[in-house]
Amino acid sequence: MTADGGWVWMYGVTGDNAEPFADGVAGVGGVGGSLPRTITAARLTAVVGDVGDREYGEAALRRNLEDLDWLARTARAHHTVLEVVAKRGPVVPMRLATLFASDAGVTGTLQERADDFREALSVISARSEWGVKAYAVRPADPAGEPGHQAAGREGPATGPGAAYLQRRRAQLTASKDARAEALASARTVYAELGRFAVLSRLYPPQAPDLAGQQAPMVLNAAYLVADERVGEFAAAVDDLTVRHRFVQLTLTGPWPAYSFTGDGDGPGPR
Amino acid sequence: MTEPEYDPAIQGERIALVDLLDRVLAGGVVIVGDITLSIAEVDLVRVSLRALVTSISGLMEAMDDPREYS
Repeated sequence: MTADGGWVWMYGVTGDNAEPFADGVAGVGGVGGSLPRTITAARLTAVVGDVGDREYGEAALRRNLEDLDWLARTARAHHTVLEVVAKRGPVVPMRLATLFASDAGVTGTLQERADDFREALSVISARSEWGVKAYAVRPADPAGEPGHQAAGREGPATGPGAAYLQRRRAQLTASKDARAEALASARTVYAELGRFAVLSRLYPPQAPDLAGQQAPMVLNAAYLVADERVGEFAAAVDDLTVRHRFVQLTLTGPWPAYSFTGDGDGPGPR
Repeated sequence: MTEPEYDPAIQGERIALVDLLDRVLAGGVVIVGDITLSIAEVDLVRVSLRALVTSISGLMEAMDDPREYS
């Protein structure tokens, strides 16, 4: 704990460009409402903030991270600061809730891991992270569901039960085929987009209710793309959306390079 | 049907929480040591975010069940 009875929250690390942040990260309220500030050592600058023990101490943190509203608020505050810093230059993000007992701890970490941070900064320099998700969708194609018309309100010849089963079987077959097509498309899309990227990474698909989507997600990928290739990359996403009718693609970004500066202990490629 | 999300300008305004949580909970640099308290030590991603984990396994089951698929 710091002398004030709090903790030092670390957002990320940038190069030795502390001057723009001399007055804090202007206009941005950070995690816990405190103004972000900087700590410089080993020609690196850590962007940090001061948070209180009551909300961010170990026991409180465990409890609060279970609270989705608290988690959402905190994640957005962490992200907002990183986005502002990223506009000025490359920044290596820290995982959410990286807390130090004191400024000395931050300084020590910058010194001890200076080479790692510099390496990470060089990887993400003049590049940005983009997210691509694919949802499995069924093309609007009546021909894909044989029996649907015949079993309509005109009345089936073989009785309602048999017609129902026939229709159901046809639907299940079509569903299985569509799912297989969607997964195959997802694999193709992931590989094709990789040609425009420096690095790529797969996250587990998000559950439909969490993602705010009805359709199942079949691809949740992140790409590190050189700034000069972003236009090409986005055009490739559009092109793939047209070519693969069993998936719908969404593009998000640019993100601070969360997915390409870590220690590889996340979900990773599968 | 899903909404297209192609416009980066619009994207910035409404980043999906779940996309953000993917990144801030599983990405970024992890520092572990006696000078820090970190999410990696708390081991939340596996232990505490039960709601997220449960939902994801639910998805995998749904993917195996064509009735859930439409």
